[in-house]
Amino acid sequence: MDQPVARARARLTPAGAGLAVAAALPLGFLAVFFLWPVVAILGLGLSSGSVLPVLTSSETWRLVAFTLGQAAASTVLALLAGLPVAFLLARIRLPGLALVRAAVLVPFVLPTVVVGLAFRVLLPAGGPVSIVLANAFFNVAVVARTVAGLWTHLDRRAEDAARALGASRARTFATVTLPALTPAVSSAAAIVFLFCATSFGVVLVLGGARYRTLETEIYLRTVQLLDLPGAAALSLLQLAAVLATLAVGAAARRRRETALALRGRAESARRPAGAEWAVVALALGVVGLLLVPVAVLALRSVSTSDGWSLAGYQALAGTGFPGTLEISGLDAAANSVRAATDATVLAMTLGVTAAVVLVALRRGRVRRASVELMDSALMLPLGVSAVTVGFGYLITLDKLPGDLRTSPALIPLAQALVVTPLVVRIVLPVLRSIDERLRAAAATLGAGPARVWREVDLPLAGRALLTAAAFGYVVALGEFGATSFLARPDTATLPVAIGRLISRPGELNNQMAYAACTLLMAVTVAVVLLVEWLRLPAVGEF
Amino acid sequence: MGLAVRDLTVRYGQLTAVSGVHLEVADGEVVALLGPSGCGKSTLLRAVAGLERPAAGAVCWDGADLAPVAVHRRGFGLVFQDGQLFPHRDVAGNVEFGLRMAGVDRAGRRARVAELLDLLGLAGYQDRRITELSGGEQQRVALARALAPRPRLLLLDEPLSALDRALREQLALDLARVLRVSGSTALVVTHDHDEAFTLADRVALMRVGRIVQTGRPEQVWRAPADEHTARFLGCGTFLPATAAGGVVSCALGTVALPGVPDGPVRLGLRPTALRSDHGGRLRGETLARVHRRDHVRLLVRLDAGLDGPVDAVAGIADAPEAGDPVRLSLDPDGIAVLSRP
Amino acid sequence: MDVIRRGVVATLVFAAVTGCSVFGGADEDGDPGERTVVLVTHDSFTMKPEVLDEFRNSSGIRIEVRKTGDAGALTNQLVLTKGSPLGDVAFGVDNTFASRALKEGVFVEYRSPDADKGSRRYAVDGTDRLTAIDVGDVCLNADPAAFAGKGIEEPTRFEDLTDPKYKDALVVQDPATSSPGLAFLLGTIAHFGEQGWQGYWSGLKANGVKVVSGWEEAYTQDFSGSSGKGPRPVVVSYASSPAAELGPDGRPRTRALLFTCFRQVEYAGVLAGAANPEDAKKVVDFLLSQQFQSNVPEQMFVYPVREDVPLPAAWQGVVLQPSNPETLPAADIDANRERWINQWRALVLG
Repeated sequence: MDQPVARARARLTPAGAGLAVAAALPLGFLAVFFLWPVVAILGLGLSSGSVLPVLTSSETWRLVAFTLGQAAASTVLALLAGLPVAFLLARIRLPGLALVRAAVLVPFVLPTVVVGLAFRVLLPAGGPVSIVLANAFFNVAVVARTVAGLWTHLDRRAEDAARALGASRARTFATVTLPALTPAVSSAAAIVFLFCATSFGVVLVLGGARYRTLETEIYLRTVQLLDLPGAAALSLLQLAAVLATLAVGAAARRRRETALALRGRAESARRPAGAEWAVVALALGVVGLLLVPVAVLALRSVSTSDGWSLAGYQALAGTGFPGTLEISGLDAAANSVRAATDATVLAMTLGVTAAVVLVALRRGRVRRASVELMDSALMLPLGVSAVTVGFGYLITLDKLPGDLRTSPALIPLAQALVVTPLVVRIVLPVLRSIDERLRAAAATLGAGPARVWREVDLPLAGRALLTAAAFGYVVALGEFGATSFLARPDTATLPVAIGRLISRPGELNNQMAYAACTLLMAVTVAVVLLVEWLRLPAVGEF
Repeated sequence: MGLAVRDLTVRYGQLTAVSGVHLEVADGEVVALLGPSGCGKSTLLRAVAGLERPAAGAVCWDGADLAPVAVHRRGFGLVFQDGQLFPHRDVAGNVEFGLRMAGVDRAGRRARVAELLDLLGLAGYQDRRITELSGGEQQRVALARALAPRPRLLLLDEPLSALDRALREQLALDLARVLRVSGSTALVVTHDHDEAFTLADRVALMRVGRIVQTGRPEQVWRAPADEHTARFLGCGTFLPATAAGGVVSCALGTVALPGVPDGPVRLGLRPTALRSDHGGRLRGETLARVHRRDHVRLLVRLDAGLDGPVDAVAGIADAPEAGDPVRLSLDPDGIAVLSRP
Repeated sequence: MDVIRRGVVATLVFAAVTGCSVFGGADEDGDPGERTVVLVTHDSFTMKPEVLDEFRNSSGIRIEVRKTGDAGALTNQLVLTKGSPLGDVAFGVDNTFASRALKEGVFVEYRSPDADKGSRRYAVDGTDRLTAIDVGDVCLNADPAAFAGKGIEEPTRFEDLTDPKYKDALVVQDPATSSPGLAFLLGTIAHFGEQGWQGYWSGLKANGVKVVSGWEEAYTQDFSGSSGKGPRPVVVSYASSPAAELGPDGRPRTRALLFTCFRQVEYAGVLAGAANPEDAKKVVDFLLSQQFQSNVPEQMFVYPVREDVPLPAAWQGVVLQPSNPETLPAADIDANRERWINQWRALVLG
């Protein structure tokens, strides 16, 4: 019966209070910039009409089935293609891998409409196969980088032990490595699934008018028809599907979450040997395939009906064809970098805080269910239509001081909403896999909580933090939806400029659009290489 | 003075891991917490370190309650079963960690690291990566790391059980020496009585969250509190006896056990209590034999005195085969007298 | 330690490259005394900065442009926020969405002095709540070279496209997701009537019409006359598109089929509840000014509504205006849009 006493005592500690304040930061952000708008717009929809006609229509359930089906297929494909690349990035030491690491992120930054067009060039038939391929194309990086983040630190000796016990390479992978990677794999799978389930541009361009998903239908009903009850019904279905996915993901993580023996990188990466070459070849093959659509875009930026030309690039240095851009392509690139910096800083602050809180809560006696709840809540923004959130903003944010609804200041906030869950999912598995006793050892040696974080968590999760930062940066660089609504003409980013150029007739506009894509890719690779350079192993550290 | 644990209870949800434990460790004393796995001894250790919050009771140092003192301010060193070395630091980086936290300057750290590595037989290992070390070396580094800041209390959680047997025995002796040389006050958690007796001045026996007996190693060894404890300490056979004038009589004969008070007692027999002896008074049949390192373990059915089969030992050279008749005699060194029969 | 040093270097490099961010950067909000009018518009709005600057200098009003998607998205957002408007003036609500905006009371009445110089020809109703600013035509565009290569003449009318001669020639956009796609559907409804349009589309379907989601795919990839050099020689686009497809001889490589056009009119209006209604009216006047109107063609690829504004030289003989484009009353469009789209989807995609 003195349990309540113990709990009351726990609540009063300064550490507990600090944790509560830290938890309030991401949760408060989520409440104001996600929950409130979404609840408001759904509430408006539900109160202004009946959702029954939509929910009882067989067409709706076909949409649900196709949405989930294509997302599941895309996720499986992204996992299959991403794992060899993760192996390459985590376990292999070969010259030029930093470039590969940067290259796999390039697809992530490209505007979906442009990628859609590139896939139409490669696969003119379009349809579900193209959709799945394009979704996987975008998300291979998520799998490769998230999983590599954990794989890098996995103790190789467990695998060596299994091999010594007579397990084949494949068996060792299946019985030792894969289970250890499960937290990262399930994290990545959850993110990819959510991205694919809510993928918009790809489905629109490649699905033609025939293949539609919940996301495109929510867009149609909200933006074009202002059928808020119908949109609310579909949004609720989408939400249900997302929650089910998150529950499955959480269950997978729960089963597998154990402290792993983490190692430094230098020691776990080595030159490939024997059959590893096959995996390396496979991974390089995947990277090669990823670069095909990229090459198509680059090629289009220099080809005209009258032969090769750099006119697109020349035009991009200025404001281009009359009536298309109000700022030069280079200014747009600078705007992109600036906006992405804001979003990354914000998302890293929110995401790392959230991850630290989640780890600390798990360590304490807080009920597991409430930890899972917070964990899943942070993922929700990935699974809810951007249109729903955006229209929610319209009817809520004017009540905040400064009316953020059409302010460019909302851009990093909206981007952070997407990037934060990504940061949490990349950082959390690594933080969780740090043996609690390592922190205990540091504490007994005189390190206070902040110092433990700096001496143990930070160096061990450093790689994951950098991965998260690079990812966040790239997502923010490529973000189009929120930015296109909110950017002023003089703050237009590269994706906004590309969207603008591609929607104009004329060969030069087209070439400029593809030239701008190339510029965007170059900026991406430069940024990622800079981040990469940060983590080249120093002696004795990694 | 030193450590005093008073009426300590630790709970994990519904499960009570440590229940009303009293324990004292005097300055300079090494106490072993001995018990089977899951008995709560590691939890008790963690509570002393400040890593677990007690549901009731107190952990005191020199009479002062440590409840308000955070883990990192207690000045207790902790060594885990598997070292838990910082994978991102080399040997010196690990050993000097506590010194850095304490703000010791670089020269001071370097000297202390060298001193400890010397003490632990790892001289010159400063720049080694910890992944290049063997298990025994890792454990030595973990010990050096814990000792470096001169903790007022050293907490060792199964410090040797991850190691192989030969290494364990060697390191146990080294550890005993190091604890003596450094004059450490230490609390060692172990499930291995050899380890406990090698290291400890005093042993506290734990079972299901409680301490059932405390005493000097030979005291505990010779007079376990009850049958449960005696079983844990290797007694397999129990039988009633009567003591009179330092001689104990039971169904298997009489044996001299000086110091046992007169009256009825209960004996616990370890395998070594019955030795193969050509002139022995006890006759029986060998049911099975197992070769051990320095003796042969026998399972014997006695012709008279006891119903069930009993354990016995024989020399390697003259051990009977299974099925052979065997003669045994009682050896007082293998007999424990239960203090609470 | 090295990691930390690298981090510091990287941060410095970043700070140097990016300058200050949106957070830290001074929003160029101009002089404290300056008046600001927020112009809410669609993504296609473009105007030379000099034109806006000139207005700013002469009137003391700074126009802050906020883009919010296409015409439909713009209208629906205005409707959703009518109690707390996003700005002072809106530009870009077109005749397919005008009725909805008016019905919902998004705009207040204002009649610009220049409205009589052509704008009122396109008035939606008698209330002057919406002022026409520009007109454009969505027409089929054809690739003459492709037809010349096959030795058949170009199609000219809607009806031609159901002729087996033009099998697999046409690519159109889904009216549910594309604004020109909707305009083309409305054009066929206006031309064939409520009774006849479905029959026409059945004919198009039988003749291999291809439907895609957006203008980008249709025009830049499937159409043979653009740089994408697709397989289809006829596409739904704008009357002005050929102006952007000039060959080496300065003549357009593509041609708008002027008997297949649907007229789109874009309107501006002062938003109900505007923070700055008086200046908002001046902005409507500005949109109708000589200066703004004369830049409309080359900036936004549409025609000015003012009759006294000459077309740019580059458009002479290149951009032809249909003499008799199809139109539908705004109220009809608003009343039937969703039904027509659903019928179209069932018919063409089903």
